[in-house]
Amino acid sequence: MALKLQDGSRVGVVGGGPAGSLFSYFLLTLAQRMDVRLQVDIYEPRDFTRPGPGGCNMCGGIVSESLIQALAVEGITLPGRVVQRGLDSYVLHTDDNEVRIETPLHEMRIAAIHRGGGPQGERRRRWGGLDGYLLGLAQELGARVVRSRVRDAGREKERPTLQADAARQAYDLVVGATGVNSSRWRLLEQLGLRSRPPRTTKAFITEIDLGEELISRHFGTSIHLFLLSVPGLDCAAVIPKGEFLTVCLLGERIDETLVQRFFDSAAVQRCFAALPGPQAQACRCKPNINVREAERPYADRVVLIGDCGATRLYKDGIGAAYRAAKCAARTAVLEGVSAAAFARHYMPLYRSIVRDNRYGSVMFGSLHWIKRMGPLVGGVLQMAGKEQTRPGAARDMSIVLWDTFTGSAPYRDIVLRALRPRFIRRFAWETLTSMRSRERGAAVKESSDHGIGTIGS
Amino acid sequence: MESAPLGREYSDGEVICRQGEEGDRMFVIQDGQAEVTFREEDAEYVVGQLGVGDLFGEMAVFDKQPRSATVRAKGRARILTLDKHGFLQRVQEDPSFVFRILQMMSSRIRHLDAEVARLRRLVSERDVPAS
Repeated sequence: MALKLQDGSRVGVVGGGPAGSLFSYFLLTLAQRMDVRLQVDIYEPRDFTRPGPGGCNMCGGIVSESLIQALAVEGITLPGRVVQRGLDSYVLHTDDNEVRIETPLHEMRIAAIHRGGGPQGERRRRWGGLDGYLLGLAQELGARVVRSRVRDAGREKERPTLQADAARQAYDLVVGATGVNSSRWRLLEQLGLRSRPPRTTKAFITEIDLGEELISRHFGTSIHLFLLSVPGLDCAAVIPKGEFLTVCLLGERIDETLVQRFFDSAAVQRCFAALPGPQAQACRCKPNINVREAERPYADRVVLIGDCGATRLYKDGIGAAYRAAKCAARTAVLEGVSAAAFARHYMPLYRSIVRDNRYGSVMFGSLHWIKRMGPLVGGVLQMAGKEQTRPGAARDMSIVLWDTFTGSAPYRDIVLRALRPRFIRRFAWETLTSMRSRERGAAVKESSDHGIGTIGS
Repeated sequence: MESAPLGREYSDGEVICRQGEEGDRMFVIQDGQAEVTFREEDAEYVVGQLGVGDLFGEMAVFDKQPRSATVRAKGRARILTLDKHGFLQRVQEDPSFVFRILQMMSSRIRHLDAEVARLRRLVSERDVPAS
């Protein structure tokens, strides 16, 4: 028998983060277009209006420019109470230099947000979080939010069941959107999933309370990215928000020593030099991040979306959640909820995220290698710096850097762009000339001549 | 609803896109309003008003023709630009991505149908006494 959603079918969504909320939103929108009435229950025990860990999904808090545009086309315009700061540029810091990369349009197309109610102790409550806003959109379309944790799951006459409180509820479709920071993989296995869970690594996130005026003055509308020769650190970002700076560290083994080395590094000291006094960390966490996908994210009447399935490596996890959530919703409404339907219509998108991450691994591996080779870092900065100050110059390095750090383009496109003969020739030349400048002791002057500019198309 | 600090701010009367120019991007109004005008010979006619959430500039992206009209900010407006390349890639991955644009274009065609009918009625009313 074909497994299809029909009038009156019930859908249970475990997790009310962006993946679960966007899934519910698109499922209900598409079902309405198809004249099918569905009942959607979103199980989310957290209150996203609460500050601190109780209302937070632990994330750097960036909505990429590609996702901002996609949401705008979908009719989802993020309001001012969610977007704490529009961002239009990146400043890339290395051990001894920096370069600014701006959007060609000089437009704020990256949004700095908090996922929940803000850092622990935050009382100003000026902004709401992204997760609460998206959950609200799903509720407006009729989704019911169950404020309880799912404690048990199983099957009843082939239909998956969820049990939160006393009552067990059978569903025609259960969607796993639990992220990777909850211990609910066992529940998903009880629903019949036969897959190994995603592989994770730790990130480090801290929030520094500086106040809006200081942040605007010292960080403006730029994200500061750090590619430093600190062992074990892949990259780090300082993201200016409304009242707080979010500092986010990524790497294979993030521990307290590595965090301290980062804050003690010359580049961070330079970046923070103009700020008054020592900065207190209002809130800190070490969330898991998905670095390798769950291999089979579906079964009959069950599908995984978001971080508990596959996400984009290091960048634009919310964008990957949007793509997977919408594809799963489309499959469920238009093609059915059988394992075969998900294999045929959801897996191509899922596999494309996974395949692209392989290119991402190559790219971040190369960055790691470049970072350890001083002359190559000099070549990167010199090439990007020159591109930005010379009108009409090809913007090869700037665009590669922009797309890498904004998550605006698939990793595959970035890698292929960086493998073009012209790019390699120019990069080799700039590396050589940067080495010569360094030898002549002119490196500092060179960087100040070329350090700031914009990319253009 | 307070608008998000996204996109670019345009001042009153500032042109966002101009009739006759090539168009490789679309726009969405984040905050404020915009006015659509059509120029024919030396006269310019206001043909539409746009508000928050409205998307425009899509025709030049779809049919690769020059912009059909000029759009100016009406008062201060905040506008987000949408890249053509990223949009078309998204449509390739997810054809339902254009649902909302189709819905919006349908609504504009309905409005135009009503407008054409109104103008024909005016012409016929003017012609009847003359004949």
